[in-house]
Amino acid sequence: MSLFILTANRLRDGRVVFLTAHGWEESLRTAIVAATEAEQRALEALGAQSVAMCEVVDPYLVEVEVENGVPSPLHYRERIRASGPTVRPDLARRDGIPEDCRVSL
Amino acid sequence: MYRYDSYDEAFVRARVAQFRDQVRRRLAGELTEEEFRPHRLMNGLYLQLHAYMLRVAIPYGTLSSRQLRRLAEVADRWDRGYGHFTTRQNIQFNWPRLEDVPDILEALAEVGLHGIQTSGNCIRNITTDAYAGVAADEVADPRPFCELLRQWSSLHPEFSFLPRKFKIAVSASPHDRAAIRAHDIGLRLYRDDAGELAFEVLAGGGLGRTPMIAKTVREHLPARQLLPYVEAILRVYNRFGRRDHKFKSRIKILVHEIGLDAFRAAVEEEYARSLDPEDVELAALELERIEELFAPPPYEELPARDPLHERRLAEEPAFARFARTNLRPHRVPGYAIVDVSLKPVGGIPGDVTSDQMRRLADLADRFSFGELRTTHTQNLALPHVRLRDVHSLWELLEEAGLGTPNIGLVTDIVCCPGLDYCALATARSIPIARALARRFAELDAQERIGPLSIRMSGCINACGQHHIGHIGILGLEKRGEESYQITLGGRPDERTAIGRILGPGFSASEVVDAVEAVLRFYLEGRNGPQETFADFVERVGVETFREVVYAPVRAR
Ligand code: SF4
Repeated sequence: MSLFILTANRLRDGRVVFLTAHGWEESLRTAIVAATEAEQRALEALGAQSVAMCEVVDPYLVEVEVENGVPSPLHYRERIRASGPTVRPDLARRDGIPEDCRVSL
Repeated sequence: MYRYDSYDEAFVRARVAQFRDQVRRRLAGELTEEEFRPHRLMNGLYLQLHAYMLRVAIPYGTLSSRQLRRLAEVADRWDRGYGHFTTRQNIQFNWPRLEDVPDILEALAEVGLHGIQTSGNCIRNITTDAYAGVAADEVADPRPFCELLRQWSSLHPEFSFLPRKFKIAVSASPHDRAAIRAHDIGLRLYRDDAGELAFEVLAGGGLGRTPMIAKTVREHLPARQLLPYVEAILRVYNRFGRRDHKFKSRIKILVHEIGLDAFRAAVEEEYARSLDPEDVELAALELERIEELFAPPPYEELPARDPLHERRLAEEPAFARFARTNLRPHRVPGYAIVDVSLKPVGGIPGDVTSDQMRRLADLADRFSFGELRTTHTQNLALPHVRLRDVHSLWELLEEAGLGTPNIGLVTDIVCCPGLDYCALATARSIPIARALARRFAELDAQERIGPLSIRMSGCINACGQHHIGHIGILGLEKRGEESYQITLGGRPDERTAIGRILGPGFSASEVVDAVEAVLRFYLEGRNGPQETFADFVERVGVETFREVVYAPVRAR
């Protein structure tokens, strides 16, 4: 079973955000996880609403795995997107993603 | 140094006001993203992987200390304290907030900077030799022609919606330091047999998905007829260039598909049809006006050699090394061009902090008539330094972490932002550049390897110009992992060549070893140090490298 969360960029500052039960947040720790097709469609509908309300742009679903209740994207692109440039740890979002899920080289 | 006139100032300010209103309407929900996107792109504002990115044009790579200080201010006040110089001589800020961008653009407009035409399907920033106007080997300063092109192409209604983006580069030396053959139009200024300035006009070059070297459309074009001829090329492209397929819409595909002869005939026909002697006369007058504004700074009359400088070269090996790698001959006796490397080992190619920007602005004021240049290899240059000042400048550069003596060597790596910043990337490029720089950090070894341009892109769009690197590295995705394809045999100079793929891609952990194996093979097989890496590859062929690279790397 594939799991998904919804991400987008916040309109006013462009920052990467994830949809949580409390709205769009910069950390994906508490992102709503969609487990079924219907839940995915529901997330997308919420995304479309937020676009219409000019909160975010370009929302899309990201496939994740969930460990200890914390989602982590499967694809390295999305992991980098969630945590910030891997070459500037000073600018990375420490709270965004569990340490072992970061992309390092 | 050239300054925008009141016309430019007025239109840049009008554009800022317009964009301020567009941002307000977007934030208020009066414009959708689809409606807003073209407006933001026209002002150089992208939405990247982590945030918006603002690209600021630095026309023909000439920058004043005042402008650089303002860029530092922008970095501190509205961004995260640094900027990134690109392969098209521009600068990018990676973290601006949409709501701040009108203020940023206003601050930039005050010093004659903007992001207009740094994005979108229009004529982009005109690039040229970073040493324009000062290089010992150039026939004339190409920048007045660049400026003429800039004025003509700015907000040109006919060419604001081309099939695709359009890049023009100009060189005025036998040595091409602007990669003109990798551009949609490349212009080479030379003196003809009669001693008159003329252009060789090339078209149809470009990298990306389908790399091609520009072909000569006109061997000899009297320099004063530049505008009508370029206009004719743009017209032919605008009319016949494909708009049905994004990958096939650059001028290189048009030239390739209809053939050079047919393309040339179409251009010549359009040129003959629309050539208006009055326009040529007007452009010539404007060129004269512009040339006056590019008048050289008040150089001192100095002997060609400076005894103090030479003594220091003899006595201080570290300084001598810097002079070997980072100094270029100047056309004025007693002066030198000083390259400032933005490739320190462990750094991010092309990145510079706001503190460094301010320091560089101060150094430019003190040593280089307040002028700097951005290079297409993501470095900076101080174009007018007295030989006797080079030592003091070097010491101060060292202090600021800007004295890396590696210009043109293995660690002077050209590298696009890749997946650390770019939304289009398929793999990261900066960590590989860093790992390579660390592996080859030893300065003597770098000099032993000799002239070498490693160029790396994080996707097929090739912003890092990997195709024309002596060693090119392209980051791709293979089975959910980052994978790196190596090309050899590319050349970025006047003998521009597209590199050939060595073979299957390497993983991130293999690619540095692979490059080392390539260089080892070269060092062992070359006919002495005078045979450069590029010449060696030409002599032995890319295939020869295959076995020496794959077997040992894969065995590790
Ligand atoms: S080459 Fe690709 S990854 Fe690199 S900056 Fe260009 S679009 Fe982005």
